Amino acid sequence: MRMTYKKSASPYLLILPVILILVMLLGVPVIETFRLAFSHPVSPFGNFNRIMASGELWQALKYTVLITAIIVPLQLILALALALFINMRFKGYLFMLYVISIPLALSDVSASLMSYSIFGPSGYLNKILINLGLIDSPIYFFGYVFQNRAFWVIVITEVWRATPLVFVILLAGLQSVNKEYLEAADVFGFSRWTKLRKIILPLLKPAMLSALLIRTLFAFQIFGVVWLLAGRDIPVLAGEAYFWQTMRHNPNVAASYGLTITLVLLVISWAYLVLLRSRETEGVAL
Amino acid sequence: MIKRIAVLLVAGLIAIWFLAPVVLIVISALTPSAEYYDPVRIFPRTITLTHITSLLVTLGGWRATLNSIQVAGMSIGISFLFGIPAAYALTRFVFPGKNTFRLGILMTRTFPVLVIAVPLVIIFLRIGIDDTLFGVALAHTTMVLPFVVLITSSIIGGISVEYEEAGMIFGLSRFGSFMRITMPLVLPGLAASAIFAFIMSWNEVFVAAVLNLTNRTLPAHILRTAMTAPDYFKFAAGTIMAVPAMIFIFFTRKYLMSLWGISLK
Repeated sequence: MRMTYKKSASPYLLILPVILILVMLLGVPVIETFRLAFSHPVSPFGNFNRIMASGELWQALKYTVLITAIIVPLQLILALALALFINMRFKGYLFMLYVISIPLALSDVSASLMSYSIFGPSGYLNKILINLGLIDSPIYFFGYVFQNRAFWVIVITEVWRATPLVFVILLAGLQSVNKEYLEAADVFGFSRWTKLRKIILPLLKPAMLSALLIRTLFAFQIFGVVWLLAGRDIPVLAGEAYFWQTMRHNPNVAASYGLTITLVLLVISWAYLVLLRSRETEGVAL
Repeated sequence: MIKRIAVLLVAGLIAIWFLAPVVLIVISALTPSAEYYDPVRIFPRTITLTHITSLLVTLGGWRATLNSIQVAGMSIGISFLFGIPAAYALTRFVFPGKNTFRLGILMTRTFPVLVIAVPLVIIFLRIGIDDTLFGVALAHTTMVLPFVVLITSSIIGGISVEYEEAGMIFGLSRFGSFMRITMPLVLPGLAASAIFAFIMSWNEVFVAAVLNLTNRTLPAHILRTAMTAPDYFKFAAGTIMAVPAMIFIFFTRKYLMSLWGISLK
């Protein structure tokens, strides 16, 4: 039995404040973003023209896409390996679960400063290499001339920080795999590899897709790690928005970058949904 | 036997990969500057608290920490005040538009929150709450409130409605029945969610850094000053940011899977 009152106004009264808050704090700012991005003394597309003509938009877009395209698959593969390992339920796996989830609590700010303590000019990596006699003077990872090295430090930092997020989603997916399927597979003498490929991975697909979507959405908003480790040497969309807003005091250009992020993410979410739906119909056809 | 050793070895490597950066930054923060800049000395012989204390006292770290706590506190307060009733409606009522509402809340979780920072600067200026902690708290509410609605509705949904009905039969009001029967049962779960909400706000840097110039939260303060500060202050800052978050996670580890599952889906 459920407590339902026909035509009761109370549930609406209960959700109304939430709707109002979100409309005021998300809806209104989104409209304001459009207004800002498309107001320019000369033409509505003036702000976009400006950052497109200077090539800044393309640079930022290039690096954002590049970082996303590298870290997301890496995180997925590593997280899958971790989840399969932890799901073996060996003695002490709960402790490992806690260890792996530590980066979940850490901000991008902390994580990038941790990276800096390792890869900095006086960082642990350089000190160890010097002590081993492999190098005489420190290897520099940061600064405009070392852009490429900084890029890979950023990749490592993001992989370290966000793999556990994917891991948690995949582990939850693994735990909901019906044990009876695996027992049946044992009865038929399937190998571990066959079980993984034919049973576990197909069942894990929804979890993997949702992890993929979430990570893509967040990777595209990458800011703290890049800004702290490379500044504008490696331009990303969010970093450019921050730069134009706080250092150039130009909210119009900043909003143009914000709008770019939103639009790209909309396209990505839509693509995932289409992909997901086609997969589902495929399943029905089979 | 060989398998057990292999498992132990892999587990050891994983533990080192995830723990080493955390341990190393804490050591770095405690290393005296002379030893830090000595290229052949990996680990310090003596430790010092001067970097951490001077970051907190003279460089404004303590004030920023208090700002962060206030922002998170206000944001959690607003989110729970309005989020719990909404979650109650989602679990205890059947009404047209319920699924649309739930879907809308879910969608906001995938919305790039950093986008609202720039327009909020202008809106807050207009209504006179620019550069205030309350403003940042409102901005953070856009992440925290949807999370609270979703997590709370799943927690309340886990408590059978029949307890509440029994309370109402014995003369309690709907509100009284919820507060005196369901509330005590869901309190531990709500506390864990509050801790997660705290970490969300505590770690958020983009919106906080864009919105406030003078009343900065800790991550915004670090972002603005870290690049010009000497290295050892960077490590002290990273440590101060990391420690509370890790302590909180430790206390909520039981809820880790369910909370992240919901906060991310």
